[in-house]
Amino acid sequence: MKTKSSIKAFAKHSSIVLAAATLSLSASIAQAADTIKVGVLHSLSGTMAISETTLKDTVLMLIDEQNKKGGLLGKKLEAVVVDPASNWPLFAEKTKELLEKDKVDVIFGCWTSVSRKSVLPVIEELNGLLFYPVQYEGEESSKNVFYTGAAPNQQAIPAVDYLMSEGGGSVKRWVLAGTDYVYPRTTNKILEAYLKSKGVAEKDIMINYTPFGHSDWQTIVSDIKKFGSQGKKTAVVSTINGDANVPFYKELANQGLSAEDIPVVAFSVGEEELSGFDTGPLVGHLAAWNYFMSADAEANDAFIDKWLAYIGDPKRVTNDPMEATYIGFNMWVKAVEKAKTTKVDKVHDALIGISVPNLTGGVATMLPNHHLTKPVLIGEIQENGQFDIVWQTEAAVPGDAWTDFLPESAKLEADWQNPKIMCGNYNTETKKCSGQNY
Amino acid sequence: MKLNHTYTYSVFRFLLLCLVICLPMQSTAAPIATASQNELRDKDASLLLNELITVKSTSDKVNLINLIASSDLSQRVAVLEALQAGDLYYTKKGRQLVYAHSNADGYSAVAVISGEDLGVVGSRAVRKISINNELRTVLRGVLAEIALRSDDTAVRLQAAKNLVRSPSPEFLHAIERALLMETDAKVIESLRLAAAMVNLNSDEQVLRLEAIESFRGTLDSDAMSILAAMQLTDSDGNYTEKDDLVRESAAAVLKEMRSEAKIYKLIENTFFGLSLGSVLLLTAVGLAITFGVMGVINMAHGEMMMLGAYTTYVIQLLMPNYIDYSIIVAIPAAFIVSGLVGIVIERGIIRHLYGRPLETLLATFGVSLILQQAVRSIFSPLNKSVTAPSWLSGSLEINGALSLTYNRLYIIAFSLIVLLLLVFLLKKTFVGLQMRAVTQNRAMANSMGIRTGWVDALTFGLGSGIAGIAGVALSQLTNVGPNLGQSYIIDSFMVVVFGGVGNLFGTFFAAMSLGVANKFLEPFAGAVLAKIFVLVFIIMFIQWRPRGLFALKGRSVED
Repeated sequence: MKTKSSIKAFAKHSSIVLAAATLSLSASIAQAADTIKVGVLHSLSGTMAISETTLKDTVLMLIDEQNKKGGLLGKKLEAVVVDPASNWPLFAEKTKELLEKDKVDVIFGCWTSVSRKSVLPVIEELNGLLFYPVQYEGEESSKNVFYTGAAPNQQAIPAVDYLMSEGGGSVKRWVLAGTDYVYPRTTNKILEAYLKSKGVAEKDIMINYTPFGHSDWQTIVSDIKKFGSQGKKTAVVSTINGDANVPFYKELANQGLSAEDIPVVAFSVGEEELSGFDTGPLVGHLAAWNYFMSADAEANDAFIDKWLAYIGDPKRVTNDPMEATYIGFNMWVKAVEKAKTTKVDKVHDALIGISVPNLTGGVATMLPNHHLTKPVLIGEIQENGQFDIVWQTEAAVPGDAWTDFLPESAKLEADWQNPKIMCGNYNTETKKCSGQNY
Repeated sequence: MKLNHTYTYSVFRFLLLCLVICLPMQSTAAPIATASQNELRDKDASLLLNELITVKSTSDKVNLINLIASSDLSQRVAVLEALQAGDLYYTKKGRQLVYAHSNADGYSAVAVISGEDLGVVGSRAVRKISINNELRTVLRGVLAEIALRSDDTAVRLQAAKNLVRSPSPEFLHAIERALLMETDAKVIESLRLAAAMVNLNSDEQVLRLEAIESFRGTLDSDAMSILAAMQLTDSDGNYTEKDDLVRESAAAVLKEMRSEAKIYKLIENTFFGLSLGSVLLLTAVGLAITFGVMGVINMAHGEMMMLGAYTTYVIQLLMPNYIDYSIIVAIPAAFIVSGLVGIVIERGIIRHLYGRPLETLLATFGVSLILQQAVRSIFSPLNKSVTAPSWLSGSLEINGALSLTYNRLYIIAFSLIVLLLLVFLLKKTFVGLQMRAVTQNRAMANSMGIRTGWVDALTFGLGSGIAGIAGVALSQLTNVGPNLGQSYIIDSFMVVVFGGVGNLFGTFFAAMSLGVANKFLEPFAGAVLAKIFVLVFIIMFIQWRPRGLFALKGRSVED
């Protein structure tokens, strides 16, 4: 009798428990359906944390702001932050996790080219959507990736044009110095071909590569000094990455090479990097970007105010990849609103041709090759770690996925809108897609 | 081009003069009659200087700078110097020219014309008078011309050197006048060089040939550059320098200068090698104690250097007004911080793992990751900027072709001092005796009444503390960031193994020879290949002599 009742009681209890469980389950399903998940794939530890943490915060700020405006399609946005720890294969694993387990609708992430290359096969196989916010070497156009940073023709080539012009010092002799990995090697290959097409002789170009984190620049700076004392105005085009820049500029200053004698134009030195430098030796050297914190535009002032308020530290700065993240995020929001769904294929089609304001007072448009139109700015480094904008292109420059200055790439074209092409590597001579999008 | 400049210059000057004269007439026609000469001068000054705010294009700014420099305004030097240093701003409201220095709350501003102290203003209330590299060159020239009249020999020497780098015919008169008055030999030499640089562009062949001859034996890189420029051809293969006699004599002098410069290049390269070697020595000498003497494979050695570098950063934060002395304070501070952390690691982890090298390796690697992430959490993952004290910046100029940078000179000396102190400590003191005894034969030392555990901790602390000192030196050469240690750990192990484990002089010779070898390979092979060659060489060498350059001989107990 007693046993029976206890069994009964148990049954009663368990049914309640079960009901509760189902309820909570359905509630969590309902919860899941109520949010749009946004994956954030930036390294929060390891060597790249220095740059990528800021972009994670930027995405979180933008999501926060969008939610305050009432979310997207009537749903809240939910950030799913993962840490690939500056470990390239881990980027692929984390992408898989985001797409299969968390089922995110879009991913904002990656910094280095090698991390992006590691993500590519996964994101194509699982048909995800990645916004890549950093300037890179080009030669790529994947259906599933939108490149909101600069392609070489939006940074490197205009910078060289500026230095060749009278205002830039009519430079005739070039040192292409870079860190030994894919971005500098490809960029320098393109620049070398471009300089030669402009009539610069072989002997007037010096190319130099150094390992990651190189700290002993004595010999190289002494060589640059010698190279520069041959009677022609000389400039250094630097694709030196990250940490190696500080000892490089220090050595330049110590050996008495000032920006007036041999200017250095850098593609990887931004406001964020400068905040960790003793800027004294750098003053007057140049950098080429599509955005500077000092840009005089209302949208920029508003963005800076929001960023400083969000991060709660008045000393923090904004930089170019943050602007690229901002543009990418706004484009995605606009495309989702236009497509009225977060389904990747629909959003993809809606994205092409979409225009959103950038932070320098212009408009960025997404091109069929998944690149943006961007203005190109040259800034001089100031004592306070900011840039003084000394030159900028008159109109926005459309990004070119495959460079025109390498013979094997010049004939390639990317177009994800034209139904006759629909690939990232259309060969204009053979009229075929090779299938090799990257 | 030149003609064009002088033309705009004169037009501009005319317009400005009109402005100066007309404006007071229109607005204050009555008081002008009664205005004293002084007041007029002040108005004149304010008008001229305020042009700095309105003028935008570079060529107009060049004209304006020349105009200010040639005026007799009392503020001209201060204004031009502030402009060059980037300290000249104007207030957005009121458009008033101010000297401004940034501080924690914004800018402390002082009005240029009235001299009134405006106190601290917000960073967005003022805007900088922007300058670029062309203007900096012009400013360098005009300021140098003014500085030639200074009473301080060092100032005059710097001015003369700056004039060499910004030669312009407008300065010739000032240079020649200065040459007549000058007594210091070095200044005279630089002034002659400056005069020759200007004369090289004159129209008279005699003057030009004389100028070229005067370059003989100077080795000045600007002079070499200008001579080399005379040998260039244009796209049709014609020489850009039309005067054959001038060109040929330039070629002869250039050849002589270059062959002489080659010898100095060799000396320079050796110096580079020694300085690289001394950095290797500094980073490896701590490891020579922990790895070499104690036999602990300490993967966290690099992080001890990182802690030393961060200590330097913190010390600079604590004494912002005494940056020049901060490094001196940082050396003992870093030694103590890293040493204490080392002792904690030894007592907490390593002492349980003696005799188990693999586990020690893994455990210390874990410690290194913990320390890195701890620094990331405390100081943020961003690099921190450590300011170089003034006495560590710049270079010692031996002649035009050879100058040795001060920071490298100091580091060579510093590394030698550290090495000698360490040798003294190990060989001549009682603590050193105990350390050697314990590492050579622990059981025997123990039975002699030495507290081996205590000596172990002390030795490890010493090695870590020296790594901390190395971190202070590295903060002057490279970034202070969480990854600082990782880039040096491999090199340190390489040096210790190559030099022979347990031998401090072996470490010294290994560091210096690797440094010099690296620097002599680099010009031929490039930085990447040079490093690979050195690594391959060491691997081969270790195959041949497994115990390194100077193996310890004796009856030390092997396990």
